Amino acid sequence: MKKRFAGVVAIAAAMGGISTVQAQVRDTVSIVGSSTVYPFATVVAERFGRSSSFRTPKIESTGSGGGLKLFCKGVGAQTPDITNASRRIKKSEYDDCQANGVTDIVEVLVGFDGIAVANSKQAPRLELSRKDLYMALAKDVPGVNGQLVPNPNKTWKDVNASLPDTRIEVLGPPPTSGTRDAFAELALGGGAQANPDLKTLHGLGADQADEIKALMTSLAIPHGVYDALAEKKGNAPKGKDLFKAVAYAVREDGAYIEAGENDNLIVQKLEANPNAVGIFGFSFLEENGDKVQGSIVDGIAPSFDSIASGDYPVSRPLYFYIKAAHVGKIPGIQEYAVEFTSNKAMGEDGYLPERGLIPLGDDDRKQVQDDVATLKRLEM
Amino acid sequence: MSSANSYKNTAAIKASLKKRYARERRFQWYGRIAVMTGFVFLFILLADIVGKGLPAFTQQYIKVTLDLDADRLGVAPDASEAELLRADYLGVIRSSLRDMFPEVTDRKEKRQLYRLISIGAEYDLRDAVVDDPGLIGQKFDKWLLAHAEAASYLKGQVSRDLPEGDRKLKNTQMDWLDSLRDRDRTEGRFNTLFFTEGDSREPELAGIKAALYGSFFTLLVTFLLAFPVGVFAAVYLEEFAPRNRLTDLIEININNLAAVPSIVFGLLGLAVFINFFELPRSAPLVGGVVLSLMTLPTIIITSRAAIQAVPPSIREAALGVGASKLQTVFHHVLPVSMPGILTGSIIGMAQALGESAPLLMIGMVAFIMDVPGGVTDPATVLPVQVFLWADSPERGFTEKTSGAIMVLMGFLIVMNALAIYLRRRFELK
Repeated sequence: MKKRFAGVVAIAAAMGGISTVQAQVRDTVSIVGSSTVYPFATVVAERFGRSSSFRTPKIESTGSGGGLKLFCKGVGAQTPDITNASRRIKKSEYDDCQANGVTDIVEVLVGFDGIAVANSKQAPRLELSRKDLYMALAKDVPGVNGQLVPNPNKTWKDVNASLPDTRIEVLGPPPTSGTRDAFAELALGGGAQANPDLKTLHGLGADQADEIKALMTSLAIPHGVYDALAEKKGNAPKGKDLFKAVAYAVREDGAYIEAGENDNLIVQKLEANPNAVGIFGFSFLEENGDKVQGSIVDGIAPSFDSIASGDYPVSRPLYFYIKAAHVGKIPGIQEYAVEFTSNKAMGEDGYLPERGLIPLGDDDRKQVQDDVATLKRLEM
Repeated sequence: MSSANSYKNTAAIKASLKKRYARERRFQWYGRIAVMTGFVFLFILLADIVGKGLPAFTQQYIKVTLDLDADRLGVAPDASEAELLRADYLGVIRSSLRDMFPEVTDRKEKRQLYRLISIGAEYDLRDAVVDDPGLIGQKFDKWLLAHAEAASYLKGQVSRDLPEGDRKLKNTQMDWLDSLRDRDRTEGRFNTLFFTEGDSREPELAGIKAALYGSFFTLLVTFLLAFPVGVFAAVYLEEFAPRNRLTDLIEININNLAAVPSIVFGLLGLAVFINFFELPRSAPLVGGVVLSLMTLPTIIITSRAAIQAVPPSIREAALGVGASKLQTVFHHVLPVSMPGILTGSIIGMAQALGESAPLLMIGMVAFIMDVPGGVTDPATVLPVQVFLWADSPERGFTEKTSGAIMVLMGFLIVMNALAIYLRRRFELK
C-alpha cells in the first residue's frame, strides 16, 4: 500500500515538474544554424562561457535553412535567440519572420569562408576554371548546337583537354547544406555565365517574357519550367530565376556523390581514392594540408590571403542573426555577440582566423561592432 | 544372390555415408568460418578503436617558470576576488614563455611559441591565484597544459618527415618542444580532464563529463517512465486481459513498434513534446521521454515472455490457498519473473544509451559545455558526443572520439554483464 502511494506521488511530481518547466525562463542562450559557422561559433561560445559569468551558449548545427526556419517561428523562450547562416537571409525567410512576430532582427557579418575543391596529395593538383566545374557537374550543359543536353561528360578530359583522363567523381555536400547552395551559386552559376545564351538569360527582367521564352527555345529548356516558376512565385519569373533553375542543378547520374555533412569523411574518402575530388569548407583543407590539396580555380589557389582579398572566386560571407526581442530577456545574448565581433576574436590576429575564418577588413569590422552595440535592425 | 545384393547395398550405403560425413564436416567448417569472420571483424574494430583511443587518456604538460609579478599581472596581492579574476594571466604566461626562449623576438615566431600552451592554462592559473593570492609576487615552476598540436608531437604522432607546409606544427615549434623535453620540462600524465570537463573546442580540454551526466539524466527519465509502464502493461496483457481481437491487435502493434526506426520516435518527440507541449529543446526530459517510447516495446515483449515462463503450478497453488488474482501476481508471479524482466529492461536501457538518431530531432545534438544539473538543463549524451567530435575539423579530436567510444562501450559491457549476472543468479533458485 505504502509502495503504491509512493508511486502515485512520483508520477504526480513528474507531471508537476513538466508543467513548471513550461513557465521557466531560459538562462542559456540558444543558437542554431549553419554547420559552416558552427566551428567558429562554438569556439566563441566556449571562450565566452569560460571568461564571463554567463552560462555557455548552447549551439545546434541545423544547417542555414533549418536554423532560419526555427529562428523565424516566433518570439519566446521556445525559439532560438541567434541563428548562424552561411548565406544572407532570403527575402522569403525575412517575410516569414515578420509574419510570425519576429520583427526586429540584427544582421551580423562575421567573415568569409572559401569553398575548396580538393583532391588527394597522391594525385597531381588540378587546375580548373569555374566553367570546367560547371561542365563537369551541372545536370544539363550546352551541347554542340547550343541546346542544353543531359551532361555527357564522363572524364575530366571530356570537359577540358588539358585535364587528366580520369573519371569525374566528385564528393560533395547534400542539397540541405549551405555549402552546396554557395557552391552551386558561385562555381556552377559562375561557370554557366561563360555561355553567352545563359548569360543573356541571367540578365533578362520579368517584363521581357518574350525574350526569355525565345532563349528557352534556343536552349531547348521545356516551357513547363517557366510556367512552374510562374506558379511558384505568383508572378512572372525573371530570367535570373530560370538561370538558377537550369544552372544550379547538379547532375544526378552518379558523378556527383552526396557525402553527407561530415567533411572529415570526405577527406578520408579522398585519401583512399586519389581519383576523387571533394568539395568542402576551407577550414577542413587547412587542417588536413598533409592529406589533400586545394585545386586552383580560375588561376587562384585557395589560401587565407586569396580568400580574404576576394581573388579566390568560390568564397561566401558568413552571418549570424540576433532576435532583438530576446535581448534583455535572456541573459548574455548581446554580450556573446560583442565577444564574437571583438578584435580579440574576429580581428586579423584573433582566435577565429587561427581556426580558418577569413576575417573582415578593419572598416567593415568597425561597422559590424557598431551595429552590434546599437542592435541595428535589418530592413529588407 | 541376396547376400550379393546386400553387399551391394552396404557398399552404396558406405559410399553415401562417406559423402554425408564429408557434407557434415563441410557444414561445420562453414560455421567455423562464419564465426571466425565475425571475430576477425570485431577484433579489427576493437583494435582500431583502442589503438586510436588510448592516447586520449594521456595528457601532455609543459613546465614553465612563471613570474607572477604584481605589475605584470596588473593586480596587488590584496586585490578583491573580482579584480583577481580580471588580471592578465595570459600576459604572464606569454612573458614567462618569452623568458624561457629569449632568442624568440620575431612577432610571428612569438605567436607560434604561445601556441604551445593550451588556452586552458590561463584559466587554470587564474583559479590557482584566486585560491591562493599569496602566489602573487612569487616566481615558481608550474606544469601547464600543452596545446593539442604540441601534445600530438610529444606523443610521437606527428613526424618531422612531412614537409613543413603540410603540418600545423612548424619546425621551430618542434625544436622548442625538443629542447623542453631535453630539459625534462615535458611530462605525460593520465588525462583526468577527460572525465571532469564538459565539451570543448580545444581537443586538450574536451571531456565527457557533461555527456555522461546528460546520458544519466536521460536514462533516468527513460527508466522511470518505461519500466513501470512496460511492466504493468505486460502484467495486464498476460494475466488479466481477455483474449480477443482487440488484445490481438494491441499485441501486433507492440511487436511492430519494436521494429520502428528510432528516428521516427524523434520526429514524434519534436511534434508532440516540443511543438505541442512546449517542453524545452535539448533537455534530457524530452530525450528521456522519446527514448522511453522507443524502449517500451522491448520491455513489454521481454516482460511478457518472462511472465509466460512462470510455471502455472505457482499461480494455481496461490489461487488454491485463497489468494486473489492481484495477490497471486504481485506476491508470486512478479518476483519469480523479475530476473527476466530486469534482463530485458537492462538490454532495452543499453539500447537507449547507445541511441543518437532520435535525439537529433529534439535538439540534443548540440555544443553544450556546461554540465547539466537536472532534467531540464540543456544536455547532450555520450553517442552524440562521439558524433560531434568525429565531425570536428581539429585533428586532436580523432583520439577523443575513440576514447569516448571506449567509455561508451565500457558502460554497455557493464550493463549487459549485469543482465547476464541477474539471469544466472536468479535462475539457480
